[in-house]
Amino acid sequence: MKKRLVVIGNGMAGMRTVEELLAAAPDQYEITVFGAEPYGNYNRILLSSVLCGEKNLGDIVINDREWYDHHGIRLHAGETKAVVRIDRAKKQVHAQDGTSAAYDRLLIATGSNAVKPALPGNDLAGVVSFRDIADVKTMLAYSRSHSKAVVLGGGLLGLEAANGLVQRGMDVTVVHNNEVLLNRQLDKPAAKLLQAALVKRGIHFKMAAQTQALLSDAQGHIRAVSFTDGSELPCDIFVMAVGVRPNISLAQQAGLYCERGIVVNDTLQSYDPSIYAVGECIQHRGDTFGLVAPLFEQAKVCANHLSADGTAHYLTLPTATKLKVTGINLFSVGNFLGDAHSETIHFTDATLGVYKKLVIKAGKLVGAVLYGDTADGSWYQELLEQGQDIAGIREGLVFGKQYVGIG
Amino acid sequence: MTQTINTTCPYCGVGCGVNATVSASNRHIQIKGDQSHPANFGRLCSKGSALGETVGLAERLLEPRINGQTASWEAALDLVADTLLKTIAAHGKDSVAIYGSGQLLTEDYYVANKLMKGFIGNANIDTNSRLCMSSSVAGHKRAFGSDTVPGCYADFEHADLIVLIGSNTAWCHPVSFQRIRAAKEANPRLKIVVIDPRRTATCDIADLHLPLAAGSDTTLFNGLLKHLSASALADGYIRHHTQGFAEALTAASSADMAQVAADCLLNPADVALFFAWFTATEKVMSLYSQGVNQSTSGTDKVNAIINCHLATGRIGKPGMGPFSLTGQPNAMGGREVGGLSHQLAAHMDFATPGDINRVARFWQTDNIPAQGGLPAVALFDAIYEGKVKAVWIMGTNPVVSLPNADKVKQALQRCDFVVVSDCIADTDTTALAHVLLPAQGWSEKNGTVTNSERRISRQRSLFNGAGNAKPDWWIICQVAQRMGFGEAFAFQHPVEIFREHAALSGFENHGSRDFDISAFADISLTDYDDLQPVQWPVNAANPHGTARLFADGRFFTPSGKAQFIAITPRPPANLPDTDYPLILNTGRLRDQWHTMTRTALASQLNQHKPEPFVEVHPTDAERFGLLHNSLATLESRWGNMTARVHITDGQKPGNLFVPMHWTAHYASHGRMGALVNPAVDPVSKQPECKHTPARIRTYPAAWYGFILARQPLTLSGTAYWVKVKGEQFYRYELAGEHLPTTWQAWAQNQLGEDGTGQWQEYQDASNGNYRAARLVGQQLDCVVFIATHPNLPERNWLTSLFVKAALSDAERRALLTGKPPLGVADVGTIVCACFNVGEKTIRTAIQEQGLKTPQEVGRCLKAGTNCGSCVPEVKALLG
Repeated sequence: MKKRLVVIGNGMAGMRTVEELLAAAPDQYEITVFGAEPYGNYNRILLSSVLCGEKNLGDIVINDREWYDHHGIRLHAGETKAVVRIDRAKKQVHAQDGTSAAYDRLLIATGSNAVKPALPGNDLAGVVSFRDIADVKTMLAYSRSHSKAVVLGGGLLGLEAANGLVQRGMDVTVVHNNEVLLNRQLDKPAAKLLQAALVKRGIHFKMAAQTQALLSDAQGHIRAVSFTDGSELPCDIFVMAVGVRPNISLAQQAGLYCERGIVVNDTLQSYDPSIYAVGECIQHRGDTFGLVAPLFEQAKVCANHLSADGTAHYLTLPTATKLKVTGINLFSVGNFLGDAHSETIHFTDATLGVYKKLVIKAGKLVGAVLYGDTADGSWYQELLEQGQDIAGIREGLVFGKQYVGIG
Repeated sequence: MTQTINTTCPYCGVGCGVNATVSASNRHIQIKGDQSHPANFGRLCSKGSALGETVGLAERLLEPRINGQTASWEAALDLVADTLLKTIAAHGKDSVAIYGSGQLLTEDYYVANKLMKGFIGNANIDTNSRLCMSSSVAGHKRAFGSDTVPGCYADFEHADLIVLIGSNTAWCHPVSFQRIRAAKEANPRLKIVVIDPRRTATCDIADLHLPLAAGSDTTLFNGLLKHLSASALADGYIRHHTQGFAEALTAASSADMAQVAADCLLNPADVALFFAWFTATEKVMSLYSQGVNQSTSGTDKVNAIINCHLATGRIGKPGMGPFSLTGQPNAMGGREVGGLSHQLAAHMDFATPGDINRVARFWQTDNIPAQGGLPAVALFDAIYEGKVKAVWIMGTNPVVSLPNADKVKQALQRCDFVVVSDCIADTDTTALAHVLLPAQGWSEKNGTVTNSERRISRQRSLFNGAGNAKPDWWIICQVAQRMGFGEAFAFQHPVEIFREHAALSGFENHGSRDFDISAFADISLTDYDDLQPVQWPVNAANPHGTARLFADGRFFTPSGKAQFIAITPRPPANLPDTDYPLILNTGRLRDQWHTMTRTALASQLNQHKPEPFVEVHPTDAERFGLLHNSLATLESRWGNMTARVHITDGQKPGNLFVPMHWTAHYASHGRMGALVNPAVDPVSKQPECKHTPARIRTYPAAWYGFILARQPLTLSGTAYWVKVKGEQFYRYELAGEHLPTTWQAWAQNQLGEDGTGQWQEYQDASNGNYRAARLVGQQLDCVVFIATHPNLPERNWLTSLFVKAALSDAERRALLTGKPPLGVADVGTIVCACFNVGEKTIRTAIQEQGLKTPQEVGRCLKAGTNCGSCVPEVKALLG
């Protein structure tokens, strides 16, 4: 008899793990998947593209229901199929509507929740996150009937939301609590270029701003945002994009050891050896995750262990950042700010809107920020991951792979 | 509307005929070699080919200036004449002087000499020919009783052995070199021997190169004389046509072959081979140039060479004889008029009884001094010491070219009254003038020049004088008239001067003087304008000129016999010691002329060797810790310079070579004249420019860099700089001892940032790399490259971008790499200046098309097919 694998979470990390597992050991498990959204598995990263109209929902589906059927996977999807309890003693999970499943191995891939800042008025109508298809549908609806949007958060998600809403014809202001946009991915010069490019696209910015409260109209709908400097911005929709937090409530409830996320080892096992976890809900060696590349790596390692091969180890590599705003190329990886012991190579062409910064330490590339010309991003990432000595190619390095070793 | 005019090239002494197709409306000329001119038969070198690029008006002096202010001709001429008169009145005749040039036309030269020696009445007129061939003049005079070059270029085609002594003919007389090369190809018997401490491009055609110790030529030729005495003497010739042989042979008696080889630091077998070839070859020519002349033994070297020709009777007949290659276009013409301070006029001199009286009668003056005046080095010493208080410099740049040039500069700074006639506004010398007189330049002036083979050719006007520029003869006559000598200087046209010059050459001559062009004493203006190149003497006996002299064994000495000169070899005046252990040699480059005032205007001539450099033998480089392409400072007891280090085994260990051309106008520390010792030959007074004790050390550069800019820049706070004009750009090679606070601020300061440009920047601060480019619109405006080492990217691709109206995106992105984007060829350093073919292009063609010979390379790329002077480099690339 096959062993039973239950997966909680029908998102990108969980399903990639299943795909990897099917590839490695197609017949090993009888698989059951619980998902709180009423769809097959879709590419959450591309929600931005749906919002701005470059793609429709059908385009971003990774695995439709036929795929699950084809692979003999039982899918429980929808709000009522959200898992509410794990019974570790009996090795069973229970959904909201009473659906239950027993497991030999359990994979938790519950992802993350949007952080909801503790602002007065954060539960007003018109206050949304940017996390799933439902959020996108809400924003699209507002864009058709309303004109003013405020996006809180000048990170990747906030800027993608702002870009989408502008594309949809809204008057959008991004409110950011730092002077530097994408301050976790860019240094100041690159951020300035980015901001200028986004301003050209019609996005307004309120930088280094401290939000005080969300103000309501008579119908309990948001009408404006107020700031600690006394100013106000009127708005019809307020998008919160200030980050995500690992969704660990179920795991905590089940008594699994969690810190900020579900703590896993290098084989993606939780403190309960029959329970694995991958994706944005986990914490590995102190890190939590928000970008897709490490998730896919985790999926690969996790599947390797679920299939009882057991040779792979997960190690977090520096992850590159890209902003999904068409026409804007930016890339950052590694320790792009540098420190007292690092050296920096800069290239700028303000008119072409190109900025490149490479951070070198002990003769190796340790970080890079590229703006405007990201063609060599993956090459830099390779150099960085391989820890290659760049002394011999240093002069041409910032100009890109094609300029190294010529002449 | 175009017109084709035959004229003569204004550069070296080969004296090539130039065919200029002139479009006067836009001051444009197309240059071709004159097929019918016997000096070049249609060939031109890279410099001559680029003459069209030098006739622009941008750098010209076009108005008289008094103390920096534009003035009228009236005011300027009055001031010059008045001041000369007042100076003479207050301090005597000897307190004024003229310093002229081998680039003056014969007519200009004639009136300058006549004014000084005939009317002002002192002989303080000397010329830069003193630096060039005065040792040849003196050697000729001692041996022949006259300053005569016996042979002609056509002898190259008759010779079976050509010995090139102290001459980098390939670069300094390229068209003659090509003619010798062609002669060798046509005559397989013809052997070439090059005698030069350096292995130069000339060695490309050499069957034997003797890299003798600097200054040891007299030892070598004494050895040859002794060797010849054993078997090859022309006893009859010596007996009937010469004097002094016994003494000369006695002086050479210690020079046995082994000793000669040891003293000259030569391989004994090479010496033996040279002696054997010379002994066995009847038709032998000895061609020599500055390596012989520019020496404190210069005159002795010339005579040591001539001795060997006299001893064998090999002179005055086809394919044989000593042959001085003159450096300047009209050095010969200057000699003819008496432009050197010890000469009088028309090959008469102060020392010969009756000459002063004869010339005085001809000029109708009684002011001619009794003796010669000050030669160049002594003249500037006299200015320095305040003995000469007013000097008029014409068409030359002594602050750069004279030995101990910093002292020359100080001399002019101290001098009460400095007048400079020049066609170029800003030179190191014009900067020190009180009065600047705008002279017409080549393409405007009209007159005659004489080349190395005594051939008089016309230099004709192609354009009217630019601005207010006037012919030198006119300027001199105007001053003479204002000084009260109007009658003797009432010339209205150069033909009138030429007639008088011709008449003087025939005046009471009767065959007593070699220089006789009396056939032209009554030449009509039409005949003057149509004058075809002709070799003097041109007189009743030889109305069509004279190819060779001395065939009859009769000379212009009192006895009619040629004189052997007993030579006792002397070392150079200043020898290396522990403080200055190296020997500094100086010389010309292929694509530059003198102090670059004209050639540096032609972009294509600045690419071959864009920067002052010093050639160092690898062992010396190691000894003094010099790296290839780094900068080094050279010092002598007289001055210093800084230059790019080129390490080459073509240099003899212990010897350094620097080019003579760079001025303070084009380089911060490139004036070699500052280092050169002011020692002069006791007979000829020619300075020893080829041998100065020197030392060398690495220049302590904290950074190296270059700027390419569309507009010329005013640099500030840059310790080392060299300026190079290119095609729509200026190149600055830079270095400094201190790093600026930020390179960005430095660059914006140097380039004059006005906010209109678009900047691209590259910075690797901890590696000391900074690069920036500024674009205006789509066009490249400037680039800056800085590094802590000298090995920056080649400039060629970057410089090629300045002619583009717009940069492609790929070019723009590649800009600060200094390398073309993939798919665009980097041509490398320009090898062929005539067709602008780069080293990398040639290498690629050689490799891809399997080219084996320079001819194949020429067919494929045209490189080397015009002037041919890059053929040695092409050969080197062929390996």
